[in-house]
Order: sequence, then structure tokens, then C-alpha cells
Amino acid sequence: MLAKLCKKAFPKSLWVYHCNSGACNGCDIEILNVLTPYYDIERFGMKLVASPRHADVMLVSGAVTRPTLPLVKKAYDAIPEPKLVFGIGSCASGGGSWYDSYHVTGGADKAVPVNYIIPGCPPKPEAIIYGVALALGLVDKKSAPVELKQVEFPVDMYLKNKAWEDRNVIYQVMNN
Amino acid sequence: MWLTSKLKQVLMVLKPGVVTLKYPFEPHPVAKDFRGQPSWDHHKCIGCGGCAAHCPARTIYIRDVCQDLRVMLYDGAHCMYCGRCADVCPENAITMSENFELATNDRNDITVNMELFMLTCQRCGRCYNMETTNMIDKMGLRGFRYDNLETRAVIQKATEHFDEKMIEESDRHKRPQK
Repeated sequence: MLAKLCKKAFPKSLWVYHCNSGACNGCDIEILNVLTPYYDIERFGMKLVASPRHADVMLVSGAVTRPTLPLVKKAYDAIPEPKLVFGIGSCASGGGSWYDSYHVTGGADKAVPVNYIIPGCPPKPEAIIYGVALALGLVDKKSAPVELKQVEFPVDMYLKNKAWEDRNVIYQVMNN
Repeated sequence: MWLTSKLKQVLMVLKPGVVTLKYPFEPHPVAKDFRGQPSWDHHKCIGCGGCAAHCPARTIYIRDVCQDLRVMLYDGAHCMYCGRCADVCPENAITMSENFELATNDRNDITVNMELFMLTCQRCGRCYNMETTNMIDKMGLRGFRYDNLETRAVIQKATEHFDEKMIEESDRHKRPQK
């Protein structure tokens, strides 16, 4: 549904603003790699712009560190509506290996509302193109939550055991 | 003269042809030994928690709901795909697949939730071998673990016997704030 809405909201070319919020430059290199002739993302009409006021899409890379948090928020506010936010890399999508540290906010979704995440450390340029194509509605979403179970486990059994132990308290009292 | 040089240029450009990938419309194979999303085989897994102890990004959470049931949650949103879990797994239950198309609009789409049945030792009555010989073994967090799966928090404490107080406390766990 969001893809359809995106198609309506962004019928023409998307202009992209790249916001580095304390990344290690790995994801930034991959973003620039996507713009090269080999992975040519300009065939979808994407273009890198220097100012957030010209942009439709913000690409956030890096776990949002404490000093960059107000700046990321300012840049987000400067983008005219409607806007999309992409979290690129593991740091932006979930906080990376610093998600519970004191000096990061733990991912871009804690600072600004993130629409799409592209995990990877850094993500392959193909993965970034896939994420962009997903936002444009060109491809289908392939990932889904997985639930695995070794055995169908009767949790009731434990409640029964507990009731049995509670009933046996009388024997302990007698022993005392 | 300028015309011949231009023609030469055109010929030079025509020689390699189109180099741009047609990626989202045609599949592009990955390189050899590429590490994509890890996949779990829950029939092989013995629930030792080695992957959770060795994960540099602490992406794998372990919660012992009761004595015999262990829930393992893999959160792919902050995984760095280093493949260390697959290296360290004693049963080869984890393999790094070639799937890199993980972009989603929901964080929960790249999680793996696994429920494991844990047996207690018939001889000693314990679930884990807690005999530590050095500090590095103690850091491995063996024993019952009580990570909070809702807030995705690792609780750096493991106990030898199942502790109901710990599991109640971990339910109320919050990230320390200023």
C-alpha cells in the first residue's frame, strides 16, 4: 500500500540528499558507487543534490551520534513535504554494533521517522538499488519474519507443574 | 582533423557497449563466498548460545522462558553480516545464505525467532556446565539468560539455575536514560 502511495506522491524523479550522521564512510562510498555508470541509478531519475531544500529523499547513513542528532533533525525539517527517509547500512537501520551505547541514539529511527531500511555493513550497491526499486514499486518485497520451532511445546504443562508444587506445600509444612 | 578525432572517440565509446547493470529487472549473481543473511537450521541447533556470545553486534538475544524452553531471536536490522556466528557454531546449524535483498519498510521483517527445547542433564540435574576455569570463560554468559526481546536489550547476567525473579525484572528492563 505504501508503494502505491509513493507512486502517487512521487510521480517524477526523486532527488536525493545524502546525510552522514557519524558513519564510517563505508556506506557513503557505496551510495556514491550507486551513482556511477555501472550501477547507474539515474535511469530511475535519481539525482544527488547538495541541499536538503532541493530534495525529496533523505539517505541517512551511520548510527545517529549525540552531536549529530540535532543536525539530522534540522536537515529532516528542511526537506519539503512529502518526503521519504532511507536508513542505509546496519548503523542507520538498527544502530549497528553500537545500538546500546551511551553516545548514539541507536539508529536513524530514533531521530527521524524512517520509511525504508537497507541493512548490510555496508550494503551491496545492488541492495541499495533493490531498496530504491522497492520504494518505487518496481520489485516485490522478499523478506518476511521467520518463526522456527523445534517441537510444539505444551506450555500448559508447566503451569500444571506449578499448581502441583503449590499443592505439595502442605508436605513441606508438615516436615517443618 | 577534429572530425576524425571525434569519429575515433565514437568508435572507442562503441567498443565496450553498454556496461550498466540491468539489476532490478534481471537477477545479478553474487560473488563467491559472499555473506548474506544468515539462515538457521532449528533441527541441528543445540541452543548452546555460542553465536550470541560471539556476535560483535549482539544481534542474537536469548531468553529462557522456563527450564526447558529457550527462545532465540536474531535481529537482522543491526547485523553486520560478518559470519562469525556461522564460524563458531559447533553443529553447523548456521549458514550464510546469498540473500542480500533485505530492504524493507518494517524492522521485524528480517528477524528469525526460534524456540528450542532444552534437556536437563540426567546425571547432574543442571542444564549447563558452569565450571569456569578463567575469566574469558566467565565472559561467555553461560547458563540461563534473560534478554528482553521486546526492547531488544541484552542483559549481561546469567544464572546457573532458572530464576523467576530475573525473568520478571528483565520484563521491566528499560534503556538507561539521562
